Amino acid sequence: MQILRSLLFRLASTAATLVGVAVIVFFVIRVVPGDPIAMMLPPGATAEDIARLTALYGLDKSIPEQFFIWASGVLQGDFGTSITARRPVLDLVLGRLPATLELSIMALVIAVILGGVAALMGTRERGTKVEAGIDVANGMALSVPDFLWALILILLFGVAWPVFHISGRVTPSLDLPFVTNFYLFESLVRLRFDLWVDIVSHMFMPALALAIPLAAIIGQLLKQSLKETMHLDYVTLARTKGYGENHVIIREALPNAILPTLTLVGVQFTFLIGGTVIIERLFSYEGLGNMAIDAVINRDLPLIQGIVILFAVLFTVVNLVVDLTYALLNPRLRHA
Amino acid sequence: MLDGRSQVRRKIGLRLWLSGGWLTILVFAALFAPLLSPHGPLEQDLFLGRMPPFWEAGAEPGYYLGTDSLGRDVLARILYGARVALVVALVAGSITALVGSTLGLLAGYLRGWVDVVISRLIDIWMAFPPVLFSILLIAVLGPGLVSIIIAIVVIDWTRFARVVRAEAMAQGAMDYPASAQIAGRTRLSTMIVEILPNVLPTIVVLLTLEMGIAVIVEAILSFVNLSISTDDPTWGGMISEGRTSIHQAWWIMVFPLIALFLTVLSFSQFGEGLKDRFDPVLR
Repeated sequence: MQILRSLLFRLASTAATLVGVAVIVFFVIRVVPGDPIAMMLPPGATAEDIARLTALYGLDKSIPEQFFIWASGVLQGDFGTSITARRPVLDLVLGRLPATLELSIMALVIAVILGGVAALMGTRERGTKVEAGIDVANGMALSVPDFLWALILILLFGVAWPVFHISGRVTPSLDLPFVTNFYLFESLVRLRFDLWVDIVSHMFMPALALAIPLAAIIGQLLKQSLKETMHLDYVTLARTKGYGENHVIIREALPNAILPTLTLVGVQFTFLIGGTVIIERLFSYEGLGNMAIDAVINRDLPLIQGIVILFAVLFTVVNLVVDLTYALLNPRLRHA
Repeated sequence: MLDGRSQVRRKIGLRLWLSGGWLTILVFAALFAPLLSPHGPLEQDLFLGRMPPFWEAGAEPGYYLGTDSLGRDVLARILYGARVALVVALVAGSITALVGSTLGLLAGYLRGWVDVVISRLIDIWMAFPPVLFSILLIAVLGPGLVSIIIAIVVIDWTRFARVVRAEAMAQGAMDYPASAQIAGRTRLSTMIVEILPNVLPTIVVLLTLEMGIAVIVEAILSFVNLSISTDDPTWGGMISEGRTSIHQAWWIMVFPLIALFLTVLSFSQFGEGLKDRFDPVLR
């Protein structure tokens, strides 16, 4: 019962947050200077043409009125029409979402692997030069944001030693047999490993740039928790039973040490998704973030609105899922 | 135990010295930019485009770090770019700290409806993708230094508000603020005289970290071409320009990138070093 009630409370609070985001975005972008209608029409357009098109997009009404028209549309699944692409915003946004999701998840996986290995190595080699080295690398990785890592990776593995692609999502000349926009996933399902390799070699650099700061956070926190757990009696008991160091760390200490890291990863994952905006831009990766920046430059108001709302939904959903997983994994909350 | 503590302290000392050293050099370089660079940052010489740095063959004397595509001195542009970076770091960082800490202090100490409103605002702010939000704000405010500073304050105040709120709440639960009120202080003066000094070390650490973030935000915005103007030298703008000719002239992008990297790293390491300095266990 307790869980159900707190879940309902969380859902209500999430809804309130999303409404807040919608209101703020809506009003902020209405004060953006630059007339999107004027940008759409050829230079010789008459005043009637401009008026007709302004009315078509509802831009002749007052801002609160526009908001209610837009909000009632959203509740029916209609996010309006993009001014530049002249297609429904929802179609455009959902078409790009898979690219951003695949990139974010790949970055998350890389971060968990890198951070996990760093923490386990650091714990195994505690007190040695190896641990000191891992600490220094962690500190560096943590201090520098994804944007700078991306530029450095572009220089190293795109220019100096060009082993990875640094532009786009897939080699444009390739024939894509895909029906969804989940290229990475679908190429695996179709067993098209040639395409899969091409897609991964396009995604690896941006994903790594997004992953490095998160990997450092995971490495640091997990190592900290592991260190504390290693001093507990049951770990000593396992050791006196004769288990090796690897078994003690991975099988005994890790399951108890992982919970704080898990919660943190959830929050940090939303930051990572936020980071895709500029990283996609840098790597000309055709995801949501890249589309968002174009939408701002082109003053495509309905599209900007749709993308920001989708990001907000993504963030709140991730947070919700993390809280639920935490409740399920934590025995103290499960039995409450 | 004592041994380990002095070891940690030595490491902290080195970190503070290195990062503080770079930041000091940067401040002086920015202040004395006109004296240090033989050329102006906007001075063009189309006959001297893409000259390599001094140690490479074909370098032009006087242009130590080479020239960009328009024949402008890369060193001069980095030095003048440091001015923009430092102004943004100091001004945007301080105002963000002031606004965020004030709101966090009010929410954490006064609680009640003030806390409800501010916490709700923080929740909403956390649901925005920050980079997109900043680009959007620059589109609204128009390009320019003031716009960048406003955008950073509007986006990043939550960093201070969240942490200061939690700290103020913990401090408020202790006995001393209550004693102060019994001794006749009002709530507001208790907050400023009693709570604030105890939260200040945290704010200073956050401020140092925020300065590094502000430098990055400015670089990102000038990279997306929404910063000051395309002519004025900014590190982000130089990186963005240099990227297009990276295969012909690597120095146009690499030098500003190194300056940006060291500066961001230094602000962050300085903040982390201060955090450990303020830590009573290590002190």
